[in-house]
Amino acid sequence: MTLLEIRNLHANVNGHEILKGVDLAIKVGEVHSIMGPNGSGKSTLAQVLARRETYEITDGEVLLNGKNLLEMKPEEAASEGVFMAFQYPVEIPGISNAYFLRAALNATRKYRGQEELDAIDFLPFLKEKMRLLDMDERFLNRAVNEGFSGGEKKRNEIVQMAVLEPRLAILDETDSGLDIDALRVVARGVNTMRSQERSILLITHYQRLLNYIVPDYVHVLVDGRIVKSGGPELALALEEKGYSWTEAETIRAAG
Amino acid sequence: MTTNAETIRDLAEREYKWGFVTEIEEDRVPKGLNEEIIRVISSKKAEPEFMLEWRLKAYRHWASLEKADAEPKWANVKYGPIDYQDIVYYSAPKRKPTLKSLEEVDPEILRTYDKLGIPLAEQQRLAGVAIDAVFDSVSVATTFKEKLAEKGVIFCSFSEAVERHPQLVKQYLGSVVPYTDNFFAALNAAVFSDGSFVYVPKGVRCPMELSTYFRINAAETGQFERTLIIADERASVSYLEGCTAPIRDENQLHAAVVELVALDNASIKYSTVQNWYPGDKQGRGGIYNFVTKRGKCQGKHSKISWTQVETGSAITWKYPSCILMGDNSVGEFYSVALTNNYQQADTGTKMIHLGKNTSSTVVSKGISAGHGQNTYRGLVRIQKAATGARNYTQCDSLLIGDKCGAHTFPYIEVKNASARMEHEASTSKIGEDQIFYLRQRGLSAEEAVSMIINGFCRQVFRELPMEFAVEAQKLLSISLEGSVG
Repeated sequence: MTLLEIRNLHANVNGHEILKGVDLAIKVGEVHSIMGPNGSGKSTLAQVLARRETYEITDGEVLLNGKNLLEMKPEEAASEGVFMAFQYPVEIPGISNAYFLRAALNATRKYRGQEELDAIDFLPFLKEKMRLLDMDERFLNRAVNEGFSGGEKKRNEIVQMAVLEPRLAILDETDSGLDIDALRVVARGVNTMRSQERSILLITHYQRLLNYIVPDYVHVLVDGRIVKSGGPELALALEEKGYSWTEAETIRAAG
Repeated sequence: MTTNAETIRDLAEREYKWGFVTEIEEDRVPKGLNEEIIRVISSKKAEPEFMLEWRLKAYRHWASLEKADAEPKWANVKYGPIDYQDIVYYSAPKRKPTLKSLEEVDPEILRTYDKLGIPLAEQQRLAGVAIDAVFDSVSVATTFKEKLAEKGVIFCSFSEAVERHPQLVKQYLGSVVPYTDNFFAALNAAVFSDGSFVYVPKGVRCPMELSTYFRINAAETGQFERTLIIADERASVSYLEGCTAPIRDENQLHAAVVELVALDNASIKYSTVQNWYPGDKQGRGGIYNFVTKRGKCQGKHSKISWTQVETGSAITWKYPSCILMGDNSVGEFYSVALTNNYQQADTGTKMIHLGKNTSSTVVSKGISAGHGQNTYRGLVRIQKAATGARNYTQCDSLLIGDKCGAHTFPYIEVKNASARMEHEASTSKIGEDQIFYLRQRGLSAEEAVSMIINGFCRQVFRELPMEFAVEAQKLLSISLEGSVG
């Protein structure tokens, strides 16, 4: 069954066309990776899917489980199961992680007509998630991302993902700025979350992350279009030959 | 981005829900201020001679200041001239002057307080909070008096204190804020009509929160209440005040005075949730809130803590202060001030260190939205004798939108070289990235802004009694207007 279907997606920011006709279909339970050089539109794609309003959609459509994703507000998309792990997680001073996570979970539960969890029910649930991800419980009472190291922020994104249990998890360059130990922890977290009910979209510049999270499909995004798709071996080929290789191929195909 | 801004604007379109008027017969004096009016007010209250004398001295002092055009103009706020002869200085619900029990309170007034969410009927007690309700110029009901009396705690209207405890009133009235203190303090001393009085005897911890709820109802009147709280040796008390007023196009003057006295090892915690009518979106109407609040840590090891959440009023001019006389005494000031639309606030504190090893903490959080102008003005003075004094000041401003302003005027005067002073300040803006982050996690734009602001104010909210902290959070999100940039 298809979870996400992107057809001919065009998006502008400040009048510049960034996405120039993206087509992509992700089935339930699949892990896809989008790779591409800087400025190719990878992060724009992630943010459009998360419904950031700075982007203007000029053409195309995106269906999430058959529903029009492009008509949803960010919080509606979130409640429909879209989660984005941010490349640069934001600090919210004065709000504890535990409080924030419960508010977020309850907002989505409310949207789905489920009962909200009180602090007494929520805390054991959260602690279990943190144990699975090897996160220190001290994180619970610290303000959201405030004073966190780069690695801690990224791990915190994965904790949020584990709590919110999304249907579509988008990881926007989660590997950037991570040392190898932090990368392993994050990858283990994502692999724990891998399931038959959940689809994952990994956005990355480097092949390195894909050694730890092996995707079912790899797509190469160049200049706002997917120019090549394949299995995990495509990532290795890219690592070896560089993005210019696909660009050359595209030109050849077009010519 | 536009949607974020719109949602926040929607949130702000909510009306000031406390803006209704209660239809009730008033007993009011004619407009204007002169010695005759002072005598009428004093006689309406059947006051002893010493009170009338004091009022008249205050009036004469105020009149000389007015003549010399000495109304303070240094605050960073703008407003047209106030015609002091165009104000009614006394208005009271027409009913018998002394009330024996709640049953005698006009049912219209009881309904007003119910509507405001402040049930006065004792059986509907709000988790152990005793309330004094001040309606226009007079106190209409004080709850839980008997229970407090068992402990020797006096909690009553100021009028009743003058009648029944004249010695205490005589001893402490004006001892912290003399009528010569400033223009508005002089005016208040001349015409104040009621307020709350608290005395906690030696060694007594007040068994419940004490609270006063101030309501301006009548048109064209000023409200001039006076609160006096005395914590005797080893006594402690926590006191909270709240206030609202109807929506009116004219500005109304509120010039209150609060005096606190803490003797040896005593502590007073004074919390304010100020929600006077702020005026409309164009800046018409609203309360001028010109208030003098000061506490004296007279005894050694005494402590006075001010917490204020200021969301209402067209103009706020107030500096709850501590005079740290006793050795090892402690002063604290925690403040959230929000200005939206055309509201202006010039608020802060004065910490005057006189005793040895005195310490003070100042945490101020200013939020500006719309065309609001928010000024922090604070003085920390370490006198020569105050060896070992310490101060920590933190002063943060949060801007919402690009038409508002935040201003900071910290004054530090140190006359003793052993003082340790710390000052931190920051200014930030609510970012679109913060709002998007929270919305991506499922919160609405409204909830996101509210969460960011509550986080910003956390250090202050945690100083408030639990149930009021919840109220204050709600109030902030309702008071917000503007767009996020």
